[in-house]
Parts: sequence; structure tokens; C-alpha cells
Amino acid sequence: MTNPLAFAVRQAWVNLKSEVFVLPSRILVLAWVLALLVLPLVYPDPYVLRIIIFTCLYAILAASWDLLAGYAGQVNFGHALFFGAGAYTSALLSLKAGLPPWITVWIGAAVATAVGCAVGTLCLRLRGSYLSLATLAFPLIAIGLLFAFPGFSGGELGVSGLKSLAATRTGNYYIAVLSMFACVFGLWKLANSNFGLVLHAIRDDEVAARASGINTPRYKLAVFAISALVAGLAGALFAHFIRIAGPSTLETALSFQVVIWGIFGGVATIYGPVIAVFTLYPLTDWLGSFKALGELRLLIFAVVVLLVLLFMPRGLSPWVRDKIETLCPRCKQRNGRWKPVCRLCGAPLKAVLAARSR
Amino acid sequence: MLQDILVTGLVNGGVYALLAVGFSLIFGVARIVNIAHTAFYMLAAYCFYTLLVTFNLPVLFAAVVAVAAVTALSVVCYKLVIEPVREHESAVLIATIALALVFQELMLVAFGGNFLGIPSAVEGVATLLGVNIPYQRLLILVVAAAMLIGTWLVLYRTRLGLAIRATANDLEVASLMGMNVGRVAMATVAISVALASIAGVVVAPVFVVDPLMWLAPLVTMLAIVVLGGLGSLKGSLIGALIIGYVEAITVFALPAGAFLKGAVALSIMVAVLLIRPDGLFGVAFEEER
Repeated sequence: MTNPLAFAVRQAWVNLKSEVFVLPSRILVLAWVLALLVLPLVYPDPYVLRIIIFTCLYAILAASWDLLAGYAGQVNFGHALFFGAGAYTSALLSLKAGLPPWITVWIGAAVATAVGCAVGTLCLRLRGSYLSLATLAFPLIAIGLLFAFPGFSGGELGVSGLKSLAATRTGNYYIAVLSMFACVFGLWKLANSNFGLVLHAIRDDEVAARASGINTPRYKLAVFAISALVAGLAGALFAHFIRIAGPSTLETALSFQVVIWGIFGGVATIYGPVIAVFTLYPLTDWLGSFKALGELRLLIFAVVVLLVLLFMPRGLSPWVRDKIETLCPRCKQRNGRWKPVCRLCGAPLKAVLAARSR
Repeated sequence: MLQDILVTGLVNGGVYALLAVGFSLIFGVARIVNIAHTAFYMLAAYCFYTLLVTFNLPVLFAAVVAVAAVTALSVVCYKLVIEPVREHESAVLIATIALALVFQELMLVAFGGNFLGIPSAVEGVATLLGVNIPYQRLLILVVAAAMLIGTWLVLYRTRLGLAIRATANDLEVASLMGMNVGRVAMATVAISVALASIAGVVVAPVFVVDPLMWLAPLVTMLAIVVLGGLGSLKGSLIGALIIGYVEAITVFALPAGAFLKGAVALSIMVAVLLIRPDGLFGVAFEEER
């Protein structure tokens, strides 16, 4: 009985039962994590692995956008700038300086952080739509510079011939999946900490936040830096995975794509944009694999987004969450839809109250 | 070269002004950041192309029908897609992005990705200040000026214009005074898209028509509107001329200028924002403190 291993296993099981199995959304997250981890062992199809690698990297990008736009309210229309900064830095360093990709990825992320700080400093005084539209300009300025100096940047073709991080497809898959888990979980933790609370305050009322003694410029700079760090890491990994860093990493289309993922999934949740990427990206790619639909891929994507918005204007994940879970009216904790009383405070839940009054 | 810069800047500035004033109007009245604005400009160019080249209709008739059709389409889109999600600002934003993508892809399916050329409405070249200006560019300038004056007359000399300005100034009070704010917003959408589609029709013979032709003017237009101050018509007009001239100077005076014209224009916008965060003629909106 006193075997430490058995004790640890039982402890883990108890935690799992009391913390994870009580809420349908947590069960879904656990199932998703396990499915991603075992997929290459069960179904090592190179096409599927490739799609999931892209999905994971874009999920990191979308989650980092959500911290900046959803939590802090700095709706960035040029998020591709950080992605592209990470991709180009890592690519140029590993190609021109001959550094191994394991190091250049981190330098790429660091440079993206610096870029994030610079953009953040420029945007400190801007608010609302002005900020969105001004940030749209930065990646385009960067593209203009890249095209004006093709000898250094490769111009329209970009920088190609990079080494990938791992030798095999499965290795690359695990790098992408594990970095996605680390980034998304880290961002989620950060967003639910006191730091995230301050960001909520800044978004809702910046003047009130400042009046409460919060140094808002410092927080805004910090959130720009963190968001850019994560996005730059995604960009650097992306460049080494497809082994080319081209101007498409900076395009307006990518910035818009990120905004669509973020809002489609539900802002200020972190997991919302991740869900959106995991729904929309494989869907559009799968549709594009049909020959007849190949040209209609983007059209179908846009129509799906429009239709879903008409029914779920707050985004996909808040809508689904409201369907499977209810909020306890007394202690504001989440409960499974089927529960008659709150699992924590024992208060009768809304559905029960409604049935009783009838 | 100086004359080239003067004329090109003025013509481009006129086109940009048509686009920017319409965008600014919608933003002022309905607070919609309409990313699909230049997509309507593209649609008008395609519509004009079809009527003129495929159906061989007379130029003026084709132009009027194209503008009317696109304007009607915009009102339908507003009713079907934007109106139901009006209270969710972010949903409106991506709805307009998605609309633009839908139009782009539809045109890609219908016409392919080829560059299409449209014959000029008026042939010939005028010589002004020693520069040769094709009549078509002169036409752009005249139409742009006429339309801007027309917009000014509508806004400042009619009851509808009064309602639009009142709604832009304070939506709630306008509603309390008995204005049908929803209908005012719809009328604004129609006016603004009409301006964009007129720009599309007059520009089509000079530029080429292709499904991606909405992206470049979109960015320039946003830069102009931010530079001049969101919601300010005077700002949009002056911003359009500034950006038009800056682009012309970059293209004619710098090496590799064609690549850098967007970057320089956008840098100017960023520089202005750093000094004046509300743009040159920014309107302070009540609810934004």
C-alpha cells in the first residue's frame, strides 16, 4: 500500500476525477491533447501530419493574437509582422551565418520581441480603430523594404534552402505539437493570472485602470512583447518546417486570416482561436484536396465564416460552451449541463429552478 | 518630371479621395470599418468590363448600370450580413473581411486570374503645362471633382445630409430626435459604395482589372483615412492629396521607387500618427473619451 508509485498514480487519478471529469469542456481538452500525442503512432500518414503541423503553428499565432487583441484590446491588424520577423531572422541567420536551427529559432523569437516592443512603443498613444489601421501598415512597410533590397532578402522568392529542425516528419510533428501545447498553455496561464486581469481592465477602461494606479503603458508594451515573442517563435518554426521564408509570411492576407481565426473562435479566451484554427484550417485544406473544389476553397472558407457569424456572433467556442455547460448562479463556477445542483456550492442550477417554477 | 509629379499626384489623389471619403462616411455614421469597401470598387470595375466588352453596351449606359448594380448589391449585403450582427463590433469587422474574400473568389471563378484591359472611354491626349495627359486621366479628375462636390452638396444642403451628419455626431441623440438611424446608416452605405464604384468605373480603363485589385488601394485608403482623421471628410480629402503626391514623388524621384511607394506612404501615416494620434483632423468621439 505504501508503494510511492501506486500512491502517485492514485493521486493523479483522484485529481483527474475531481478536476477534469467534472466538466465536459475539460474532458474535450484532455481528449484533444491525447489524440494529438498518439496520432503519429496510430495513423502516420504524411499528409495528415503535415496539415496538423501547419495547424499547430497557426494555432500558436492565433493564440498570441488573442492575448494582444482579446485581452488587452490592442486589435492588431498586422500580426503577420511578428510571424515574418521570426521567420526571416531565423532563416537569414541559419543560411548566412551557418548557425544551427535550434539556436536561430530562439534568436528569431528574440528579434520578433524587439520588433514587438518597437511597434508597441509607436502604438502606445493610439487607440481603437486608429491602432488597428496603423498596425496594418507595418508588415507592408517591411515587405516594401524586402522587395527594395532583393540581394539581401531574396525579394519575391524569399530565403530558401533551410535546414529543418528534426530529420523525420514525425520528429517535426512532435516539435510543433509540443511547442503548441507549451505556448497555448503558457498564454492561457498568463491570461488567467493577475497580469491577465490587468489586461482586461486596460481593454475595458484605460483611464480607470490608470486611475487605479496601473502603469498602463508598461503593461501594453509588455503584452506587445510577449505576443510578438510567441508569434515570432511560431514564424521561425514555420520557416524551418517549410524550409523557406518568403514574403507570404508578412502578407496582409495572413494578418486578416489571424483576425478571422481569433474572432471566429471567440476573443479573450486563448483556447477560442486555437479551436478556430483546428476547425477551419484542416477543413479548408481538406476541401481544397477535392479537384472540383480546389478553386473554391477560399470562397467556402469565407462563406462558412459568414454563416457561422450570423448564428454565433460571439464566436464558436463561447456558443458551444454555453450549450454544454451552465454557470452556477451563486458561486459563478461552471457546471455540466446535466447537473441538478452546483458541484461546488450545492446551489440549484438555473435549469432546475426554471423547471420547479413551472 | 516636376509636371509629371504634379499631374500624376493630382489624378491619383482624386481617385483616393473618392474611396477615402466614402469609407470615412460609413465609419463616421455606423462605426463600421468596412474592409470590403475597395472590393465594391473591384466589383464595379468587373461589372463595367462585362457590360462594355461582353455585351457591347454604350459607355455611359454601362457605367451607370454598373454603379447602380453594385450600389444595390451593397445595400443587400448590408441588410443580410452586417445588420444582424451590428451590436457585435468584432463580428462586423470579420464579416466585412469575409465579404471581400467572397467577392474576390467569385470574380476569380467567373473571370479567372487574368489581367483584363478595358478600352478607354475617351481616346486622345491633351497637353497641359507641357505634359501629355490622356483624356481618360482628365476624365478621372473631372469625375472625382464632380462627385466630391456632389457629396458635399448632399451632406450640407439636404435633409438626408443633415441626418447623416447628426447621426455621425451623436447616434443616440439623433435617434431620440426621431431619426431612423438604421435607415440613415443604410443610405450612408449606399452613398459610400456608390462613390467607390464610380471610382472603380473611371479607373478601370487606366489600371488593369484583376481579382486582387482591391488590396493595394485598400491599404492606401486606410492610410489616408487614418492620416486625415477617422470620420473627417476634410481630413480624407487632404490626406488623399498628400498620399497621392507622396506616391508620385517616390515613383518618379527614387530608385526602386515603385516597390517603395507603399512603404513611404505608410511611413508618412505612421509619422503623422506619432505627432497627432487622432490624425490631422481627427474627430473626438463621445463614447471613446
